[in-house]
Amino acid sequence: MGAIEAPDLSYAALAPLLFVFGAACTGVLVEAFVPRAVRHPVQVAIALVGTIGALVATLLLAGTEEITAAGALAVDGPALFLQGTIAVLGALSVLLFSERALDPARSAFVAAAAVPAGSVRDRELATSERVQTEIYPLATFAIGGMMLFTAANDLLIMFVALEVLSLPLYLLCGLARRRRLLSQEAAVKYFLLGAFASAFFLYGLALVYGATGSVRLSDVRVAVVTEGGSALMVLGLGLLVVGLMFKASVAPFHSWTPDVYQGAPTAVTAFMAAATKVAAFGAVLRLLYVAFGTADWTWRPLIYALAIVSMVVGAVLGLTQTDVKRMLAYSSIAHAGFLLTGVIGLGPDGTGYGLAATMFYLLAYGLTTLGAFGLLTLVRDGDGEATHLSQWAGLAQRSPLVAALMSFFLLALAGIPLTSGFTGKFAVFRAAIEVGAWPLVVTALVASAIAAFFYLRVIVLMYFSDPAPDGPTVGVPGLPTTIVLAVTAAATLVLGVLPGSVLDLAEAAAVFVG
Amino acid sequence: MSDVPWLVLMIAVPAVGAAVVAALPAAREALARQLALAVSLLVLLLAVLTTIAFDPGGDRFQLTTAVAWIPDFGVEFALGVDGIALSMLLLIGVLVPVVVGASWRDTPMPRPGRPARSMTAFWAWLLLLESLMVGVFAATDVFLFYVFFEAMLVPMYFLIGSFGGPNRQYAAVKFFLYSLLGGLVMLASVIGLYVVSNSQLGEGTFAFDALRQLEIDPNVQKLLFAGFFLAFAIKAPLVPFHTWLPDSGAEAPIGGAVLLVGVLDKVGTFGFLRYCLPLFPDASRDLAPWVLVLAVAGIIYAALLAVGQSDMKRLVSYTSIAHFGFIALGIFAFTTEAATGAVLYMVNHGIATGLLFIVVGMVIARGGSRQIRDYGGLAAKAPLLAGVFLLAGLASLALPGTNSFVSEFLVLIGAFPTRPVFTIIATVGIVLAALYVLLMYQRVMHGPPRGVLLVDEDDAGDGETLRPASGTGGATAVLEAPARARVLAVRDLSRREIAVVTPLVALILVLGVYPQPLIDLVSPAVEATMTDIGVDPGGSTPAAPGSTGTGGTD
Repeated sequence: MGAIEAPDLSYAALAPLLFVFGAACTGVLVEAFVPRAVRHPVQVAIALVGTIGALVATLLLAGTEEITAAGALAVDGPALFLQGTIAVLGALSVLLFSERALDPARSAFVAAAAVPAGSVRDRELATSERVQTEIYPLATFAIGGMMLFTAANDLLIMFVALEVLSLPLYLLCGLARRRRLLSQEAAVKYFLLGAFASAFFLYGLALVYGATGSVRLSDVRVAVVTEGGSALMVLGLGLLVVGLMFKASVAPFHSWTPDVYQGAPTAVTAFMAAATKVAAFGAVLRLLYVAFGTADWTWRPLIYALAIVSMVVGAVLGLTQTDVKRMLAYSSIAHAGFLLTGVIGLGPDGTGYGLAATMFYLLAYGLTTLGAFGLLTLVRDGDGEATHLSQWAGLAQRSPLVAALMSFFLLALAGIPLTSGFTGKFAVFRAAIEVGAWPLVVTALVASAIAAFFYLRVIVLMYFSDPAPDGPTVGVPGLPTTIVLAVTAAATLVLGVLPGSVLDLAEAAAVFVG
Repeated sequence: MSDVPWLVLMIAVPAVGAAVVAALPAAREALARQLALAVSLLVLLLAVLTTIAFDPGGDRFQLTTAVAWIPDFGVEFALGVDGIALSMLLLIGVLVPVVVGASWRDTPMPRPGRPARSMTAFWAWLLLLESLMVGVFAATDVFLFYVFFEAMLVPMYFLIGSFGGPNRQYAAVKFFLYSLLGGLVMLASVIGLYVVSNSQLGEGTFAFDALRQLEIDPNVQKLLFAGFFLAFAIKAPLVPFHTWLPDSGAEAPIGGAVLLVGVLDKVGTFGFLRYCLPLFPDASRDLAPWVLVLAVAGIIYAALLAVGQSDMKRLVSYTSIAHFGFIALGIFAFTTEAATGAVLYMVNHGIATGLLFIVVGMVIARGGSRQIRDYGGLAAKAPLLAGVFLLAGLASLALPGTNSFVSEFLVLIGAFPTRPVFTIIATVGIVLAALYVLLMYQRVMHGPPRGVLLVDEDDAGDGETLRPASGTGGATAVLEAPARARVLAVRDLSRREIAVVTPLVALILVLGVYPQPLIDLVSPAVEATMTDIGVDPGGSTPAAPGSTGTGGTD
């Protein structure tokens, strides 16, 4: 047994990850050493430097294709594109977190999460102006984990990244300042089910290792080609997919999504809905295309069925929702199904537009959904955000701008032309039809039409109903939320009207190494 | 003059106008509607200039513009018109200023206890709708067509939902969902076409001219045809995809309703002609009998339902469904005469039904009720109103001498040689048309004075006060015996209203007597379409039955 060799790291290729993890570690130190008075601006600045730095690094690295860290990490087109996407969504989420103008207590996060809900101390904290700053390092760690997830070229690293991104998210979900019980319930539910899903993933990992003798994706691929699919491997693949689909909130592994989306602080929900989905699909794409791309007979029927179930469940159950956050949660489940339609679009010889289309869809959907959740933070009543549908009645008369923006985001989610949602849908559907999956596409189109009903219902309420006398007020957002809304709305429009350059970028990036 | 980008201007001018109007403060309503009128008149001018620049004997598509839009999908921003599209652009150009005039004094539905809403948004949506309608007819790229087709829903949705009648929310959502479902199924076919073009031409394209050259397997054709057909059958509404139209037509504000049945729904029949037939000729031929069954069933069924309607706007909507059956019959009969008749029908129906909707709207503006039973004996007090109502009704039932006669006759004589059975059944629809139009006219305009416009003689002194209807309860007023003499308080057409109806009245008469210019404009395009599906266009253009005499020759 020889000495353990230190793996050869390519620091340049890892720069995006180093930026984010560096910012996260610095954030922890800031929490310990910087006086409370200045902690908030310092933490926000560090988190923004970390995420924006990572974004710049991914842009500078564009075109890189290498495998580093002894084969554990792949820095290639899809990894960089998705890392850049996560960095953008992460930076915007950090801005949403840092909004201080909306809540009367100047932050949407509870100052001390461990205090029992409903106790005297808890009521004091609800109105205290003490501000929670640990969310920034937590969120930065989660962003780092997500970026690592998309670059993991090794099932073990993938598992580690899964945990790094999940654990901070569980915590973040429990930090809502208002409706503490709901928030704590969300955190516990997410944690328990998430731990369960991680166990599935780990078990699948063990089985695949048992079948192939390696956790490296490229070795798995070789084993799949030479040995074909043994029962062990098929079972392992199934369990791995279950673990990943849970994170991507694909039905039937979606049951946590509405509860957690509803209970978590809205800014955190926005972050989860946008960035976690990107990361989870990044891992799904890499696992299926790189490790099992040659054995598509094993996963294709599975993904095909999951896509149909997810689209139908998301669209149909979304119809019955009365809470805007839950409605957007079901919309997110339906969109996961549309994304799987793109995943199907991988040609038999590894060609096809599926990869590029799915990546574009992730970027477009992430930005739109982030903007939609960001808008939710503006509509408030005395008890925090007013998310019940009935409270949105007649919003257009109180605040035409908010109603118009919300309608625009909803039309984008519904996939109306001239919005990014349409371009994304067109791209994934084209990829799927090209490999002959037209029944799937027809299902997707019908699901889109069903889902359009609940998006429209909100527009109907906002524009065509009379406002309730004691309806919610529309807060005036501070600079951070304004920036988020402006960026997401502009992106939704530009990706709908002139998507050419971003599509080119996705197309150019759509080559896996390893 | 042909190097001026007329079509781009026709799209851009109303779009810019919409943006400017939308940016006006809500209090500047008067300025908003003046701007809307100015912009719509400018578009009419552009439409006329476009027609002058168009050479009927030249290429099939003229005034073309093409700019790469999304190169990754092979999408071009490609515009161009043939005679059929151009006639629709002219119709848009005429109808929108008329609609602006007809809606001049409209106000949104009053809501108890709340201040009246501003109409500024109405004018902005109207102009945006005009821009998108021009786009949908002028697009020669299938993807671009689809984009306009779907985007067009949004302004119409807000026109119905914000400015419609009491049941407007339901109608607006129903309209949107029906159209969206059709559109999405069409999207599957659009992508399918792209994939076929990708495999046959080596690179994917959406250009109409390239797609027309494809040799598609007949079975694939049927699937793709089904996607397009469903979208267009919902849009144009053919029975059984029609149930959204009576709701939307009844709840939409009058201006919206005119554009909805006058232009928007024509996208469906236009789509049959432009996309279904040339792109999928084999499927069209194979499936034509089924389409004809739907068309003829619609003619009879919708006409019967129209006879039974008590709501005037719903009645007019049902008459439109019957008329769309005639248009579909003309298109799927596969003869040049019938198809020419169908295209003329599209234009004439827009004018005649548009006028009928506008006049019905004027009656409703006076009485505040849409129910036929709330009116009676108006003709004695408002002879001009009654006269225009009668003319619009007669044009709608295709009386010889009116424009609709020419087109309906062409459809029927054109379809008879190839589809005698269907044509004979369809002819029954003409009789039913006389029934529903004349019954409505008789009940509203003649008979003893009755209904919501009755006032006590004392009040009748100042003719300006008009009593609004209190819901549908107006009818019961008749039953309670009046203690004093009661008279109708109804004004005849105002000068604004005369100005609104005059252009349409003139067009009905002129196109009824001398439709030849319109036939000359559309027949090359119709012949080209017939060549696409392998039907011999038969050389000569049919002479219009009305063009030989002064109309009413039979």
